[in-house]
Amino acid sequence: MGYELKQVRNTLVVKLTGELDMLIVDRLRKEIDKRLEEQTFKNLIFNLERVSFIDSSGLGLIIGRYKKMNANSGRMYIVGASNNVEKILLFSGINKLVPIYNQEQDIISI
Amino acid sequence: MNVKNNARLEFLGIAENVSFARSCIGAFTAQLDCTLEDIEEIKLVVSEAVSNSIIHGYGGSRDGRVVIEASLYDNRTIEITVLDYGCGIEDLEQAMKPSYSSDPARMGLGFTFMKSFMDEMEVISKPNEGTSVRLKRSFLLREQQAYA
Repeated sequence: MGYELKQVRNTLVVKLTGELDMLIVDRLRKEIDKRLEEQTFKNLIFNLERVSFIDSSGLGLIIGRYKKMNANSGRMYIVGASNNVEKILLFSGINKLVPIYNQEQDIISI
Repeated sequence: MNVKNNARLEFLGIAENVSFARSCIGAFTAQLDCTLEDIEEIKLVVSEAVSNSIIHGYGGSRDGRVVIEASLYDNRTIEITVLDYGCGIEDLEQAMKPSYSSDPARMGLGFTFMKSFMDEMEVISKPNEGTSVRLKRSFLLREQQAYA
């Protein structure tokens, strides 16, 4: 599992690669929260294009960051979920809180 | 029912082994002539059960052991038991409610996934002795139901 945090103007993009389970979640949570505390971002994007697996630890990470963004009137998006991953996202109902788009470009253009 | 194959896996209850466990059981399941989607669902439930053992059973202590026993039966059936010797679950009924979680960082979906993707789920837990989760699914029955 790998990740990359990238800032595009007032948006923080978290790009993940591999399997999103409890092994990576703690480290990733600390890193994202540190960035969110240092600076107020308007948008947070989770790019899941290269994620092949997600379980409830990964879903917990996403929902926890959603709550933080929401508390600061920020917005959050998920992009590029594969069929497998999207199925789990829809099953959890997370899509009712965090909209899912095909690619980053779709968000930038809205 | 006839046991066609059986495997037993024992490992340290640490986060590094969650992926190892689900990959092993995923590969074992593949013997049952099922789809990749089926295997992904089995991997998810194994991930949830093993994560529960590590996080709740052992509280991140890194020295507990997790045992998985898996058997393949007739009717393309798999039975998986995930066992730990951790602290056990005080209130099983509450723990199995959707979105209940003793850890606010997780979504409390573990047991919901296990129940939804498997045909049977049985949890036995004793405080200070451990927890065992038995999960069963027949791919043949699921297919018959899907086309019925």
